[in-house]
Amino acid sequence: MYAFDYQRPKSLAEAGSVLKATGGKVLAGGQTLIPAMKLRLAQPGNLVDLGGVADLKGITQHGGAVRIGAMTTHAAVAESSVVKAALPGLAGLAAGIGDPHVRNRGTIGGSVANNDPAADYPAAVLALGATVHTSKRAIGADQFFTGLFSTALEDDEIITHIDFPVAESFAYAKFANPASRYALVGVAVAKTSAGVRVAVTGAGDSGVFRLADAEKALGSDFSAKAVSGLKVDASNLMSDIHAEADYRAHLIGVMLKRAVG
Amino acid sequence: MTDQGIGASVKRKEDLRFITGKGQYVDDINRQGQTYAVFVRSPHAHANIKSIATKDALSSPGVLAVFTGEDIAADKVGGLICGWMIHSKDGSPMKAGPHPALAQGKVRYVGDHVAVVIAETLAQAKDAAEKVEVDYDVLPAAVDPAKTQAAGQPQVHAEAPNNTVYQWHLGDKEAVDAAFAKAAHVTKIDLVNNRLVPNAMEPRAAIGDYDAGLDTFTLWTTSQNPHVARLVLSAFIGIAPENKLRVIAPDVGGGFGSKIFIYAEETVCIWAAKKVGRPVKWTAERSESFYADAHGRDHVTTAELALDANGRMLALRAATKANLGAYLSTFASSVPTYLYAPLLSGQYNIPAIYCEVDGVYTNTTPVDAYRGAGRPEATFVVERLVEVAARETGRDPAELRRANFITQFPHETPVIMTYDAGNYAACLDKALEMADYKGFGQRKAASAAKGKLRGIGFSAYIEACGIAPSRAVGSLGAGVGLWESAEIRVNPVGTVEVLTGSHSHGQGHETTMAQIVSSKLGVPIDSVSIVHGDTDKVQMGMGTYGSRSGAVGGSAIVKAAEKVIAKGKRVAAACMEVEEDQVDFDNGEFSARGTNKKMTFGEVALQAYVAHKFDPEKIEPGLKEGSFYDPKNFTFPSGVHIAEVEIDMATGVTRVDRWTAVDDFGVLINPMIVEGQVHGGIAQGVGQALLEGARYDESGQLVTASFMDYSMPRASDVPSFNVAMTNTPCPSNPLGVKGCGEAGAIAAPAAMINAITNALGHEDVAMPATPQSVWRAIQKMPAKAAE
Repeated sequence: MYAFDYQRPKSLAEAGSVLKATGGKVLAGGQTLIPAMKLRLAQPGNLVDLGGVADLKGITQHGGAVRIGAMTTHAAVAESSVVKAALPGLAGLAAGIGDPHVRNRGTIGGSVANNDPAADYPAAVLALGATVHTSKRAIGADQFFTGLFSTALEDDEIITHIDFPVAESFAYAKFANPASRYALVGVAVAKTSAGVRVAVTGAGDSGVFRLADAEKALGSDFSAKAVSGLKVDASNLMSDIHAEADYRAHLIGVMLKRAVG
Repeated sequence: MTDQGIGASVKRKEDLRFITGKGQYVDDINRQGQTYAVFVRSPHAHANIKSIATKDALSSPGVLAVFTGEDIAADKVGGLICGWMIHSKDGSPMKAGPHPALAQGKVRYVGDHVAVVIAETLAQAKDAAEKVEVDYDVLPAAVDPAKTQAAGQPQVHAEAPNNTVYQWHLGDKEAVDAAFAKAAHVTKIDLVNNRLVPNAMEPRAAIGDYDAGLDTFTLWTTSQNPHVARLVLSAFIGIAPENKLRVIAPDVGGGFGSKIFIYAEETVCIWAAKKVGRPVKWTAERSESFYADAHGRDHVTTAELALDANGRMLALRAATKANLGAYLSTFASSVPTYLYAPLLSGQYNIPAIYCEVDGVYTNTTPVDAYRGAGRPEATFVVERLVEVAARETGRDPAELRRANFITQFPHETPVIMTYDAGNYAACLDKALEMADYKGFGQRKAASAAKGKLRGIGFSAYIEACGIAPSRAVGSLGAGVGLWESAEIRVNPVGTVEVLTGSHSHGQGHETTMAQIVSSKLGVPIDSVSIVHGDTDKVQMGMGTYGSRSGAVGGSAIVKAAEKVIAKGKRVAAACMEVEEDQVDFDNGEFSARGTNKKMTFGEVALQAYVAHKFDPEKIEPGLKEGSFYDPKNFTFPSGVHIAEVEIDMATGVTRVDRWTAVDDFGVLINPMIVEGQVHGGIAQGVGQALLEGARYDESGQLVTASFMDYSMPRASDVPSFNVAMTNTPCPSNPLGVKGCGEAGAIAAPAAMINAITNALGHEDVAMPATPQSVWRAIQKMPAKAAE
């Protein structure tokens, strides 16, 4: 780890000004950033830890949505009675992230802002059409994720909370990488009054993406049978030592069926 | 004292300190004035070093020194050695290139040591290490062991043309060829035994310290055999004479073989301690462990088994290319030769066996012993062959095995081993019953009803443990003898210190060795302290590997205890005023036969030290005895493991549903610890079969260089094990023990792959059988089975 300055602001406003003044990097749980720093692959000169901003934590029911503060840990989401009642599939997703250490340090805001192509949360945000609220604005899920490890966030923009619309049904089926337990393929399916949205993580060569064919098929018949013959195009999928693109394409079909149930 | 002695499942004495964080590992030790070493490692698999610029690093804050291969050469620090000479079939000695502790002109694998930076703090050393500028002329790399001998491949060492270290063989080729010529059936298979990264929980570490006043060196190191480390560092590397070099291996957190070897890092730390006049500490980071700990396995093999029309085994032959990596590690040459081919007879009466092994260099991390060391590779060959032969000839795999079991002992195999005892059918019978073999068909049908495949696989393994008779291994090329030492120091009030040359790094010697002493001397285990891991305390020893500590180290303790009893009888006889041959010793008590005179062990000890009641001309005061025990033979643990798996056809995920293990380890000192060893071994074997595998890309980069990509087995990857024992005592040592540390890892891979291929109905799946590779194998299933 290289030397760095560490600051722990108490409020969002203070965090914003510190970030702007220092050009620092946000620490929001650190389950990706800290290992990268330890390996000297990341070397931020200033680290702005959001752990002291109380307003960024917490889970509430907010109209037709579940509102989750950016600094809420995965463990808190997994155990939340609000989430379990309104979106049990989202609680289940959170319970399957990493291991207990990761779940008790990592946060939803950190995960979504990092947009790791194998992370679990982006699939839920995209499938549910969640709204990402920041220190500056509200960003729709379809506009938020812009590619591998990249998002619509500006450098000094901080996620404050995410609103997940309560769906008729929401489920996430994950095939975990046997080594890292990230998603080798993760498929999230949300059914709302507006229709069906399907998001795939772990597989796309530019990160999380929607599966239009599946959405269409499920929109007219919400059943595993409706997608049992679906062919997933492997051409824009990742290949690595754990799974080549054709296997990932196949797994998307399997996980899609399992998510629909 | 039998409630604590041999055969008692007493809780481990050492666990209180381990599970409460009170262990003292090398990294827990800090010396006054300690400095920190960071190694500059090669990012290339193969390159010439054009120049190394150290100026910026030297002027970096806190830096005391930067050393390169030139400094090592100038001080005439010897290279790392390989301690076992193998001769090729043409009689020529193996062809090995030098292995300098810091690279000299060339790097040969990613992670090879190029320079060391020593600084006041670890952070300063790391910062400065980034400023060491190495100008490389990058060369193409030889990576694939199957191709490295081909014409035009990059040459790893000039000393070894075609990257061939040796072309070794064992057995009678003509007899094997003749047997194959008349065989009714020949089974032929191609196997890859995947390369493994050891991943001990504690990474390797070292602290070198030099006392200028005494002119002595002390090295704290994560070693399985500190005395061998001292011998090599002294006699071959030339750090200091043995009497001026103390090596301490304190608590060590797992080894699995990877801490047997004498590596560059500890060599550099002890050498540099004198150069900088300060203690020098190095602790591997996990990433370094992936690159710089010797890996295991990595064989490519073609094997054949010849059967007659009745299913009798006639002959076996195997041709193996063994990847030794970029340099020969300490025992690398012996693992794929004398620890491998002599086990190719398995549990079977096979009249003729012939094995050829090419040991080859590649631009990869050195490969050496890893839990089982050669014996898992042999078992994988034999047990895959037998299973496939049974399928090809329509025989029940259990019964084909049974029909060929060795039943008469001692049995001389065609590959230099003499099995002293065994009862293979007893293990098989018990395993078949415990596994409910008869009910497999029903379970398979139940799985099929859920759309899943189910398979069952056997592994009837044998291993040679209790390494080893010194004269025998000497005749095969070993540079050392493989006896073990023990010294028993009885204190004046009857407590006991046992100094052993074995080393415990997870095995539980502080408990099991105390149990041996408890049985022999009749003292409670809390009165027995086991001292190990320090060359200033224990005079000499050969360390712990190859499941040898019970059979060899434990036997040395028995021999020393017998001498203590003999001396005690002389003291007791004098005190009780009877003749020495009238004294009996039983359960901690000396008694004079035909009288009511008795003395406890403690009373005799006290009298031995008080020395009031005997003639010093006839009996020396004190009670301390030692023994060097050299085994008569290897020991031959054996067993039958049965794996049952269920495979999700949609994803290719293999779930281990049932595991039955019936092992014959002879006499058990602590059955609970033995079971634990079996559990751990199976988990490691399942890891090799399903999950683990070091992968290099074509340029020689290690692709699986972290736990993000290298998949270790987790508790959820294995079922609750169904473990039992049979107990055929080993006749070759005074305890009747055989060794249990490696059995699970030896047995498990073959059982797993046999179960998976049984489920698939074809043999085309390699280790590790990852979900992707099993899914691809499912696509190749015969259409009927796939329905």
